[in-house]
Amino acid sequence: MADYTLKELMTIAAARQISDGSIIFCGTGISMVAAMAAKHINAPNSSIFFETGAIDSVLEELPLAVADPRVMYYTAVNGNLSDAFSYMQNRKTGKQVVGIMGAAQIDCYGNLNSTVIGDYHEPKVRFSGSGGACDVASFVDDSIIFMQHEKRKFVSKVDYLTSPGWLDGGDGRERAGLTGNGPSKVITDMAIMGFEKSTRKMFLERYYPGTNPDKILENMDFDVDISKARELSPPTREELGILREKCDPHGLII
Amino acid sequence: MITKTEKLMDIASAVDTFVTDGCHLSIGGFTVNRNPMAGVYEIIRQRKKGLHLYAHSNGQGVDELIGGGCIEKLEIAYAGNGRFAPTCIRFKKAIQEGTLLVEDYSNYQMTLRFMAGAMGVPFLPSRSSLGTDIISKWGFSEKLRQDDPKIPNQKIIVGKNPFDQWTDAEKLVFVPAIIPDVTIIHVQKADEHGTASIQGLPMADVDQAKAAKHLIVTCEELVTSHQMKSQSDANQIPHFCVDAVVHQPGGAYPTACYNFYDYDPFFLKEYKKFASDDNLHSQYLDEYIHGLKDHQERLDLAGEDRLQIIKADKRTGYAINLDRK
Repeated sequence: MADYTLKELMTIAAARQISDGSIIFCGTGISMVAAMAAKHINAPNSSIFFETGAIDSVLEELPLAVADPRVMYYTAVNGNLSDAFSYMQNRKTGKQVVGIMGAAQIDCYGNLNSTVIGDYHEPKVRFSGSGGACDVASFVDDSIIFMQHEKRKFVSKVDYLTSPGWLDGGDGRERAGLTGNGPSKVITDMAIMGFEKSTRKMFLERYYPGTNPDKILENMDFDVDISKARELSPPTREELGILREKCDPHGLII
Repeated sequence: MITKTEKLMDIASAVDTFVTDGCHLSIGGFTVNRNPMAGVYEIIRQRKKGLHLYAHSNGQGVDELIGGGCIEKLEIAYAGNGRFAPTCIRFKKAIQEGTLLVEDYSNYQMTLRFMAGAMGVPFLPSRSSLGTDIISKWGFSEKLRQDDPKIPNQKIIVGKNPFDQWTDAEKLVFVPAIIPDVTIIHVQKADEHGTASIQGLPMADVDQAKAAKHLIVTCEELVTSHQMKSQSDANQIPHFCVDAVVHQPGGAYPTACYNFYDYDPFFLKEYKKFASDDNLHSQYLDEYIHGLKDHQERLDLAGEDRLQIIKADKRTGYAINLDRK
């Protein structure tokens, strides 16, 4: 069995979710490495693009920000900010986009908070704000969310709803007037969560080797269905090799 | 031969002339990229106060302006600096301590707001943020908005598609135009009349530039009109949009300027230390900004070695193998 870190496991788990030919939107950090891993491992015909307007970047070196000059080199097109978001709002290209994002808080319908903890006008903690996350969540047909599995992050109600997941479940998005879909998966440092087809409630899909469904529930402030949970097959030696040699050889993120 | 025009000036004169206390300012760039830092440091140096700042994802410039005590209100989509600061440090502190007011939008919404300003229309529509707190929670109260003629009365409006259900849209989100008093951007090339060319990603600089009542362009290279007109396809801003042109090599430092230099990871890590402690930050302001005469002295402080290390490779436009650990 191959030796791997949790971050490597999460990255590979996310990469596996991406279908070939997707247009991948990713932010900074682990989501970017996951996108690169997907492109190198299981989705070679995918295009990575950034909200800053860089389309199909070659990513010879790992960028540390979506505005890093490394995203601008050897791209199909270097568009402006409005171009990037238009690809997502446009129904033809929006259907091909999968977003990869993180957040400070998530609720059982995959709604995200990256704005404040506490009252909006007198916050206990202030975060960066939406950035492109709310736009991605509003438009695209699929998104994958990275989270740390902690009780204070998996909450019954987010302090501020920054990015729409499935809103209040069921056909909530349709009722609000949104196109696209909420997230399909949440990848954490303990598990992979999915969303039920009709209620759109979060449920436990896979738990990582070394943990179990009960432990996972202990790290959440709301209960989820664990009846369908199975153990995740660990990263293969080949997947790890590609991740370590091609995606983040200097260990900047992973 | 560069002819002397009345637009050509140094950054101190440009800031002194166009950035007044309490004005509405917009800065270009995005997080670690092509922030108009020479302009930012000069604004801090001249101790401008009470500014209303618009940016969308910023970054070094926004955090330094807030830390420099210049900003009273901010409208932004993302106050972070990539891996160097997931949330901008002085910004975070100011919000949590109640010394800064912020209005949150999404990136696309801020982009559309600048576009509306540039187009001369009062708003633009999108389908973004329906069902979220970006719509239901306003950072600026109704009263504040009504009392200030430079801020629209509504933050954001959800309305019916006026073209029935055309494109299957029933509800739309309308975001109001931004019209800054002054926008400052840093570009790679410009001529003495202001025609400007941005290389790499333009971000929303072009719309930010056109939306403003006054535009200050700082540039790495100052070239002749003939040279600019010989590369028309590469130009984005025509001279009649521009009020001041400042020849400022290194003007985006410590952020990156594609094809010229990378961001300075060493300083951005140091800044994190300075910004996280009030005493250190105070010292930082004195040593790195107020105690320096101009941006050239800031570059001298960084040192020739550092500047060589971050110099862009001609092939890639960034510094290959730059140590960013």
